[in-house]
Amino acid sequence: MSTTTSPFLVKDCVLSTISTGEHAGTLIEFRDKLATIHEGCIYHHFWGGHLRPAFIDPEYHNDFAAWAHHTLHDDILAERLGIIDPTEFSDIELLRRAVLEVIEERLDEREFFYWSKKQDHFHFVRSKIIIFSTPFQIAAPFDLINIVPTMSTHSIFYHFIDAKRRSPEGLDDFSIWLKSFGQDYDDLIHKLRLIDPYFFSLVELRKEIVKIITNYFIKDKS
Amino acid sequence: MTDMLHDYKAVVGEGVINQLHQIADALKGVRIVHVNSTPQGGGVAEILEKLIPLSKALGLDARWEVIKGDSEFFQCTKNFHNALQGKRTLISDSALRKYEEINANNAEILRPILQDAEIVFIHDQQPAALINHFPERKGKWIWRCHVDASNPDRHVWRYLRESIVKYDASIFSLDDFAQKLPHPIYLIPPSIDPLSEKNMELPPEEIALIYPRFNIDPQRPMISQISRFDRFKDPIGVIQAYQLAKKFKPDLQLVLAGGGAPDDPEGDIILQEVQSAAKEDPDIHILFLPADSHRTINALQRASDIIIQKSTKEGFGLTVTEGMWKKKPVIGGNVGGIRLQVVNYHTGFLVNTPEGAANRIRYLLQYPEKRQAIGETGKQFVKENFLITRHLVDYLTLMVTLMRPDSHSIEFN
Repeated sequence: MSTTTSPFLVKDCVLSTISTGEHAGTLIEFRDKLATIHEGCIYHHFWGGHLRPAFIDPEYHNDFAAWAHHTLHDDILAERLGIIDPTEFSDIELLRRAVLEVIEERLDEREFFYWSKKQDHFHFVRSKIIIFSTPFQIAAPFDLINIVPTMSTHSIFYHFIDAKRRSPEGLDDFSIWLKSFGQDYDDLIHKLRLIDPYFFSLVELRKEIVKIITNYFIKDKS
Repeated sequence: MTDMLHDYKAVVGEGVINQLHQIADALKGVRIVHVNSTPQGGGVAEILEKLIPLSKALGLDARWEVIKGDSEFFQCTKNFHNALQGKRTLISDSALRKYEEINANNAEILRPILQDAEIVFIHDQQPAALINHFPERKGKWIWRCHVDASNPDRHVWRYLRESIVKYDASIFSLDDFAQKLPHPIYLIPPSIDPLSEKNMELPPEEIALIYPRFNIDPQRPMISQISRFDRFKDPIGVIQAYQLAKKFKPDLQLVLAGGGAPDDPEGDIILQEVQSAAKEDPDIHILFLPADSHRTINALQRASDIIIQKSTKEGFGLTVTEGMWKKKPVIGGNVGGIRLQVVNYHTGFLVNTPEGAANRIRYLLQYPEKRQAIGETGKQFVKENFLITRHLVDYLTLMVTLMRPDSHSIEFN
C-alpha cells in the first residue's frame, strides 16, 4: 500500500442560486429557451435539486423531467427525460443537445401540448458553487468509517454528486482518492460506483455510502 | 468565538458557523449597509434585527439604516407594495413626486454612509429610488425584493424598474417572483431566527399563561393565523374556513392575531372588516398586538394545534416558517413562498379556498399522530433551509460572487 498518498481533505459547499428571468409555459417555449440558455442552468437543473429546500422526488431525477410530469402531465416525455444520466456527457453542451433531442422527438410525436398556469411555469435558474474547507482530513481509507457519518449533507453532495461532474471518468471524490492507493481498493471503488445517487436524499445517500464502507472494512473482512 | 456565535452553533452545528467564518474572512474591511423603511414590525425588520448583530459577531463592518417618511409617502409605498403583488393600482403624480422627494431627502441624510460603502442592500420599494441620487457611488448596490412580484401592476413596475435597473444585482425570494432585469438576479429565501423571542423555546408555564389572558379554553382545539391585518393575508377567508370547520368540530377556537407596522396604513381598516366578519363569535379571538409582542406570538403559536396562513399573495410567509419551527402543521395558501415551505403531507397542506382550508383543518384535528409527524418533519425542514445562519451565508456568498462575476465556482481555504 502506498504511504505517500495525500490525505483526503473534506470540503463543504453551498450553491448561490441565480435566476435568468427566463421562463417557459409550453413545451415549444421550453425547447426554444433551453437551446440558448446559460449552460449553468443545465448544470443546476440536473444536479442542483439535491441542495434545494424540497423533498426529493423519487420518480424524476432532474427538474426537466419533474416539470414534464407535474406540470405538462406528459409522462412519456418525463420518463425519457428522467432516464438521462448527466454523468455520461463529457461536455455540458452535449447534455443540452441530448435533452433537446428528446424534446424534439416528443414534439414530432404529439399533435397538441398542454400549457401551464403562470405560477407553474418552468423557471430557468443557474447556480455558482461555493466551496469551503473543513477541519476534517482522512489520512487512511479505514478512517472513512469514522468521518463520512459526520459529514454534512452538502459535503456529501460535493464529494459524491458534484465530483462526478468534475471527474473525466465520472467518479466520486472518495473513489478518486482510493485509486491513489493503487489497486488495493478497487473492490470498494466498484461498490461505490454501483450507488445510483439520484434515488436518494442526501441523508439517505450518506447512509448508503456509510453502509458500503462499513461492510467493506468491517463485515466483509471479519 | 463570541457568545452569540456559540449560541447559534448549538442550534445549527459547527459546519455552518465554519462556513460563515470563511466567507466573512474574505469580506473583512468591506463596509456593508442595509437600508429599509421601518425599524420594527414586519418580516424585513425582524430579519435585519438579527442579521446585523450576527454579521458584526463575525467581524464584519455591517450597519442598518432606516429611511424616514411621512404618512403620504407610506401610503404611496403601500400602494406600490399592493401593485407589486398584482393589485391594479393608480398612483397619482403628486404621490410619485412625494415618493421621489422623500427618497431625495433621505439620500442627503444617508450620503456620508452610502456614498463610500462597498456593499449596499436596499430592501423593498420604499427606499428603491435612493440609487438615483448616487451616480458616483463607489460600491455594489443590491435591491432586495421581499414581496411576490411575479405579476405586478405594469404601470407601477415600469416606474419602479427605472430605478431598479441601476442596481448591480437584485434578490428575490423565489424564482417565480423574479422579473427580467439587466443584472444578476439572486434567489435567496428569507429566514427566521431560532434564538429570537418569537422562536426560542418557552417554558410550558409561560405558554399556559396565554389561555386566561385571552380567554381561550386550553381543553379545546385551537387554530391560529398570526399575521398583519392585511387584505392579502385573507383573514376573512380564515374566518370562513373556521366557520365551515366548526360545523364538524363545534368546540373549535380561532385566534387571529397581528399588529400593524409604521409603513402599513391599511391595518386599521382591515381589522374593522375582520371584527365585522367575526360577528361577535366568542370562539374567535381577534388580537391586535403591539409590535414587540414576540413572546406572546411565540406562546400563541406553540399553544395552537394548527397554524393557518391562508394568504392570497405572499412574499415568503415567515409565519409559516415560525409555525413549522414550533412543530406545528401548517395550512397555507397555495401562493408565493408558502408553496416552497408547505408540502402536502410532509409539512402541512396547501389550499386555494376557505373550503379547502376547512377540509384540512378537519383532517388534521381528526389525526393527532399525523399532526405530530408533520410537525417533526417541518421543524427539520426549517432547520436545514430557513434559519438566519443560512440566510447570512447566502448574503455573504452573494457579495463574494458579485466581486468575482465570471467564475463558475469559488473556493475558500
